[in-house]
Amino acid sequence: MSALNGLAIRAIYRFEMARFGRTLMQSLISPVISTALYFVVFGAAIGGHLQDVGGVPYGAFIVPGLIMLSLLTQSISNASFGIYFPKFTGTIYELLSAPVSYVEITLAYVGAAATNSVILGLVILSTAAVIVPLQIAHPLWMLSFLVLTAVTFSLAGFIIGVWADGFEKLQVIPLLIVTPLTFLGGSFYSIDMLPPFWRTVSLFNPVVYLISGFRWSFQGASDVAIGVSLAMTLAFLAVFLAAVAWIFRTGYKLKA
Amino acid sequence: MSPIIAIRGLSKTCASGFHALDAVDLDIRPGEIFAPLGPNGAGKTTLISIICGIVTPTSGSVSVDGHDIITDFRAARTLIGLVPQELHTDAFETVWATVSFSRGLFGRRANPAHIERVLRDLALWDKKDSMIRTLSGGIKRRLLIAKALSHEPRVLFLDEPTAGVDVELRRDMWALVRRLRASGVTIILTTHYIEEAEEMADRIGVISKGELVIVEEKAALMRKLGRKQLTLQLPQPLAAVPPALSGWQLALAKGGNELIYTFDASEAEDDSRGIAALLRGLGEAGVHYRDLHTRQSSLEDIFVELVSDRQAGGMPGPAQRNPA
Repeated sequence: MSALNGLAIRAIYRFEMARFGRTLMQSLISPVISTALYFVVFGAAIGGHLQDVGGVPYGAFIVPGLIMLSLLTQSISNASFGIYFPKFTGTIYELLSAPVSYVEITLAYVGAAATNSVILGLVILSTAAVIVPLQIAHPLWMLSFLVLTAVTFSLAGFIIGVWADGFEKLQVIPLLIVTPLTFLGGSFYSIDMLPPFWRTVSLFNPVVYLISGFRWSFQGASDVAIGVSLAMTLAFLAVFLAAVAWIFRTGYKLKA
Repeated sequence: MSPIIAIRGLSKTCASGFHALDAVDLDIRPGEIFAPLGPNGAGKTTLISIICGIVTPTSGSVSVDGHDIITDFRAARTLIGLVPQELHTDAFETVWATVSFSRGLFGRRANPAHIERVLRDLALWDKKDSMIRTLSGGIKRRLLIAKALSHEPRVLFLDEPTAGVDVELRRDMWALVRRLRASGVTIILTTHYIEEAEEMADRIGVISKGELVIVEEKAALMRKLGRKQLTLQLPQPLAAVPPALSGWQLALAKGGNELIYTFDASEAEDDSRGIAALLRGLGEAGVHYRDLHTRQSSLEDIFVELVSDRQAGGMPGPAQRNPA
């Protein structure tokens, strides 16, 4: 066997992708429909009566934020469920007794969750292109931010899945923390539109940097400098990677 | 012969301070069926879980075919298949998919012919496209064995594989275990059914309160610790054992209508202490008998005696190192 158990990574990855395939309604169709409704209501219906934001029609302005909203929540949901379910059913014994390193387990679970989230993001993007006028200033950067954010928040989901000891806990962080932060992170507005005090407060919201960077790749303009956005995204990635490394080193909630 | 599994000073202390395993030394020989026996909570599953990588030991070492389970875990675990005690299965996968998944997880390339052979051996072939949640408990038990065999392990851990299965399935599993052993697979079989260990095992290890009380060849264990009993039914009750027979370990029962002689394997082989000598002695003492029967203690009797002695603090012996 080589230094990396590629066959095991592939087995877990395909297992997870098959699971996503079985739950298409929950993992793909449902978020696409709800996001499409946002586009219809805020973009086509109300958006027509709102001013452009930075020269961009409101419907097109909210596209990056809405994609990011789905990307963050689904990345967390996919990855957390992926590792939590074997814990719940007890099949985690097989994973722990297999000749698979922690790096390989993480690569497989996070890779599958991130793949699913990127597919979701691209489907939402395609849906948006049908409903609102859309332009992408930096397609490669857009794709890079999409993949980077999906991987980063799939790692976060993996951590939540390991930590959770009930289905309720799987939902707590996406619903009570990630969704509010995303709504308040400039999904529907530019933080430059806020009064100075609230703008300063918003800068403590980490999601601002994710949305701002992603929006820059579409519209060529952003609330925060692109370098800062990229650095913050990479910082999240580093923090979550460190947390995963700690979990596996200590066996936290995985091994007795 | 080098052991396939070498365990040295293995201990596990839980966060609560409970000593689940205490300085266990054990060698398991290649190709044997080894049965760790012990009451609930004795440490059998902890021992298995440590060897398989599910539980982290507090101290000590384990190697599988010379590969340390921690520093060389990949090589060690590749050799091992585990059938857990509980029916931990997926729900929405098919039998074929989950067994194929297990093979990939253990780093083996897809081999549909091998998977088919395993499923046929376990009478699962006609269920290969069934979703797992539709299967009965007995079939799920077989499925777990199929998953454990999917990557062709050299060591198979069966943690109470026949718990809750019907007699027919139990016999099928015994036959399978024998076939696996014949093919060179080392089997570690924990069971609550002592007769199962008596039927299947080459060697027995008794674990009590985290300590390995004894490790012995099954036959040797039964010879050393087993007792035999001769019961004679008398035509006339005796008030007491005749003085001429006081040198024998005799006891009266059922109001003096039965005379019981309890002896061990060494006495049975001693011409002056065996049954024939006693019967001659009875004739010389004028004691007649109408019928007789003998009984040999089972592994269960030995196990209960060992564990109860241990729990009562009556057995001082430390864990005995297997001399393999």
